[in-house]
Amino acid sequence: MAKIGVLGLQGAVREHVCAIEASGSEAVIVKHPEQLEALDGLIIPGGESTTMRKLIDKYQFMPALKQFADQGKPMFGTCAGLILLAKRVEGYDEPHIGVMDVTVERNSFGRQRESFEADLPIDGVAEEFTAVFIRAPHIVAAGENVKVLAKHEGRIVAARDGQFLGCSFHPELTDDHRLTDYFIGMVKEAREKNLV
Amino acid sequence: MKTGTDRVKRGMAEMQKGGVIMDVVNAEQAKIAEEAGAVAVMALERVPSDIRAAGGVARMADPRIMEEVMGAVTIPVMAKARIGHIVEARVLEAMGVDYIDESEVLTPADEEYHLNKREFTVPFVCGCRDLGEAARRIAEGASMLRTKGEPGTGNIVEAVRHMRKVNAQVRKIVGMDEAELMTEAKLLGAPFEVLLEIRKHGRLPVVNFAAGGVATPADAALMMELGADGVFVGSGIFKSENPAKFAKAIVEATTHYQDYELIAHLSKDLGAAMKGLEISSLAPEERMQDRGW
Repeated sequence: MAKIGVLGLQGAVREHVCAIEASGSEAVIVKHPEQLEALDGLIIPGGESTTMRKLIDKYQFMPALKQFADQGKPMFGTCAGLILLAKRVEGYDEPHIGVMDVTVERNSFGRQRESFEADLPIDGVAEEFTAVFIRAPHIVAAGENVKVLAKHEGRIVAARDGQFLGCSFHPELTDDHRLTDYFIGMVKEAREKNLV
Repeated sequence: MKTGTDRVKRGMAEMQKGGVIMDVVNAEQAKIAEEAGAVAVMALERVPSDIRAAGGVARMADPRIMEEVMGAVTIPVMAKARIGHIVEARVLEAMGVDYIDESEVLTPADEEYHLNKREFTVPFVCGCRDLGEAARRIAEGASMLRTKGEPGTGNIVEAVRHMRKVNAQVRKIVGMDEAELMTEAKLLGAPFEVLLEIRKHGRLPVVNFAAGGVATPADAALMMELGADGVFVGSGIFKSENPAKFAKAIVEATTHYQDYELIAHLSKDLGAAMKGLEISSLAPEERMQDRGW
């Protein structure tokens, strides 16, 4: 069974754990860098990206997260998680983990009163998916090897770059686990590749 | 595309889980809070202990303070409106504040009715001392709860009482059948449908933070241990001797609330915490938690 971690420093950790378990995999809440070694994949949840980044630095998570990515293990970031994965963040000189070949803009749909939910198609995942956007970022530009999976009003809101999956919205806030299933599929594929 | 749905409003609070929300009175304090890792700030004219000291009528803060704070940080900004003050709440919503606290820290504008929070696009957080109060606020449309505690005292005892009580009452109704639940609804003064939902999920349908008396890293960790989803710190940070250090220590203690060696380390040489108040020294009219119903 695939073992999937959820970075548990802050944010919607419990919801992702529920989604992973509902999809039939084992979920682990990750609070210390050493825990990453035993995992096949990692979800970085929604929350406050600034706060998560401070805690990542405080507990020296950064080298372990980068190494996790170097090993080819899949990572999935939702909302704040997407910001942490992106190689470029608009208005900032440095990215955070900086592994997914996209440029993101923070709070790009406005403040909380402008937060919304919308039904959209996600390529290869769902014809209609209820996406909950909360002070959400969006992908301003994607590298050439990045596959755009979903757009909302012309803006990229979900994409896959090889082992990395990211979305602006919060699949963990609905009972629709198809995007989590898709990620677990990525994890199983990567695991089989490593075993061969 | 829909704005202001329950999912969008409650979801915003879900994203704050495991975090610390700090009271600030200006841009400079807001930056210190953000730098320390706060998940949001509460923009106020005065922190609760100063409101207590000043006496008189406490109202919504000057919009300039909210503006200044919103311009200074990228994390969400919350602000307080008086209980039942429809216009203060609408003004805060119009300004683009991310979350409104319908708060007993301010002098209530309506002693009979809380706001009908369902009519707003912006989400609300409200205080509660027991499950009846929690369920009433949820039915009115609150998207997040917090203990009332006793604000501005630096004394954790009331927040502990309120958190324990709500959680014990949730556990109690989980095992009830519907006949028992109806009588419990009557006794609590709680809407039956809200209790049904709580029973079904085994927990409150919205997050419940600790508030009202958190003064040290150990206080914050204690509230997490008791089942809080996160922590509000009012006077505790900027009334301490070294706010930046204090703020960071409280954030870390909240994340790693069961790592006692770490909390020991964080609590070392922090400087003086805010001066606390014994609850029994408060006159009945000074008890903020008794405001609202």
